[in-house]
Amino acid sequence: MPQTLSEKILSANKGSAVKAGDITIANVDLVFCHDAAGPLCFREMADMGLEKVARPDRAFVFLDHCAPSPRLELSNDHQFLRQSADKHGMRLFDIGYGICHQVILEELAVPGGITVGTDSHTCTAGALCSFGTGMGASDIAAALGTGKSWLRVPESIQVKLSGKFPREVYAKDAVLELERRLGVDGATYKALEFTGDAVDHLTVSERATFSNMAVEMGAKVGLFPSDEQTRIWMEQHGRGEQWKPIPLDEGATYEQTIEIDLSRLQPLVACPHQPDNVHPAAEMKGTRIHQVFVGTCTNARLDDIAIVARILKGKKVNKGTRLIVVPPSRKVLRDAMTQGYLVDIVEASGTIGTPGCAACYGAHMGALADGENALATQNRNFKGRMGNPKGNIYLSSPAVAAASALAGAIADPRELD
Amino acid sequence: MTSESSTQNVLQGRAFKFGDDVSTDLITPGRYMHLRSNLQELAKHSMEDADPTFTQRVKPGDFVVAGKNFGMGSSREHAPLVLKLCGVSAVVAKSCARIFFRNAINLGLPVVMCDTDRISEGDRLRLSLQEAVLVNETTGETLKIGELPPVMLRILGEGGIKPFIRKYGDFDALAS
Repeated sequence: MPQTLSEKILSANKGSAVKAGDITIANVDLVFCHDAAGPLCFREMADMGLEKVARPDRAFVFLDHCAPSPRLELSNDHQFLRQSADKHGMRLFDIGYGICHQVILEELAVPGGITVGTDSHTCTAGALCSFGTGMGASDIAAALGTGKSWLRVPESIQVKLSGKFPREVYAKDAVLELERRLGVDGATYKALEFTGDAVDHLTVSERATFSNMAVEMGAKVGLFPSDEQTRIWMEQHGRGEQWKPIPLDEGATYEQTIEIDLSRLQPLVACPHQPDNVHPAAEMKGTRIHQVFVGTCTNARLDDIAIVARILKGKKVNKGTRLIVVPPSRKVLRDAMTQGYLVDIVEASGTIGTPGCAACYGAHMGALADGENALATQNRNFKGRMGNPKGNIYLSSPAVAAASALAGAIADPRELD
Repeated sequence: MTSESSTQNVLQGRAFKFGDDVSTDLITPGRYMHLRSNLQELAKHSMEDADPTFTQRVKPGDFVVAGKNFGMGSSREHAPLVLKLCGVSAVVAKSCARIFFRNAINLGLPVVMCDTDRISEGDRLRLSLQEAVLVNETTGETLKIGELPPVMLRILGEGGIKPFIRKYGDFDALAS
């Protein structure tokens, strides 16, 4: 009986077949909280009468949303989280280690595993074929204490990808095109499942850009199969022995199919104030940009930073524009340093931040002034997101971001020499 | 709120009307993250960027009424939590974002779906979850409300996920 990836993973977890629409009580393979919700999570765990973490070896705390802490209230939250993690025998990734989703990709998630955490972008783990989904503090408190979570097996929307990216067009442009077609609630409660010839050539880093934005269409998960690309990533990160294949089934039941030919895409931007407000970068050219932010779990991995470094090398960021680059993990920071990318960025007048969520969330550094326009490689541009409801956020690929940093305005990277 | 089932009560109050796609960034902005361990203080900024007068005007029992996709975005449980702390008795929307919906039910904050074009700012509403009836007392209209999924009704019936886990210790009771 052909199954979707969601059905496969949840069936294997249960030990018997489940199908879309069923409710299952799943054993959670990886559970985490971070500094934005962790304090509430541990307090609720105590309120629920759950005194111990069921599987401390698979439970984690990340200090990433405000890393390092800019003020005493958040420092006290960090202290509480360090104490809580210590008390429960959980590993805590302290400031500078990286964004939860990036570290999960690098070190923790496994194909076929169920990953839950206090962050909506937990769907990023789908790039490794992990059933990853975001939940609130109470659900995660329950998952910490019981090792379980109830899940409704989602129906799946097939996203069939074909072709190869043209010059200066990347995964972010493809997922923005998908966002444009589905809209912010076009996939609510559903699983996105990525299929088609193009999947074979998409690296895990590129897949992560797709999976990360599944929630921006309302989806529960964004799953790629586990294949050779998955194995390569896990080998590169020193855990190849944890890989196992999970192929797509021919004939699986999909509610809907969306086809995207990558070779026909162009650079895109999402305009204020929703990620589905997508237009060609060429149409938005000349829109003044005060701050360019290359960072986040979406689109700032080593390959993304390499693109930015290549475009900026030997040139200078526009005088009226700030460029902030924040690698999503210590590992990416270190690799970007040794590859020389950060020298190119700094010499172009870019500034580098501590690995973490940085400007994306509005609680840390890089808040906008009234009326300013930002262009970011992040996933979300809701009003008020970057710390100021009177700011405007555009979303794009690293290539558009770098080209725009040079121009001081939205620019098409294909027009660079 | 007592540990009596949230589904037993009849809820009455005024409608505070919002549009489509109200994000969690509007409900509880990220720039107030430092107040998350001071929930009473955090609640004072609820809906601030959508309606700066909301926290001054809302009274216990009132309803947040919205268009489609209410609560889109973040998994921050603080979003439904601050609404509850403001005294909001239920969210009434055309549709609701997935994580917000689940979080609201977990907190014992009912979320009902109906055609909210039939409700205007300030209308007096009367909601009976047990009877699955929403009456707009201002217009006299009775509105059809969508059924909550059984698993949500089960959790809401216990008053939310915390009373549920306190009572049962785990989730097995949901599987039956």
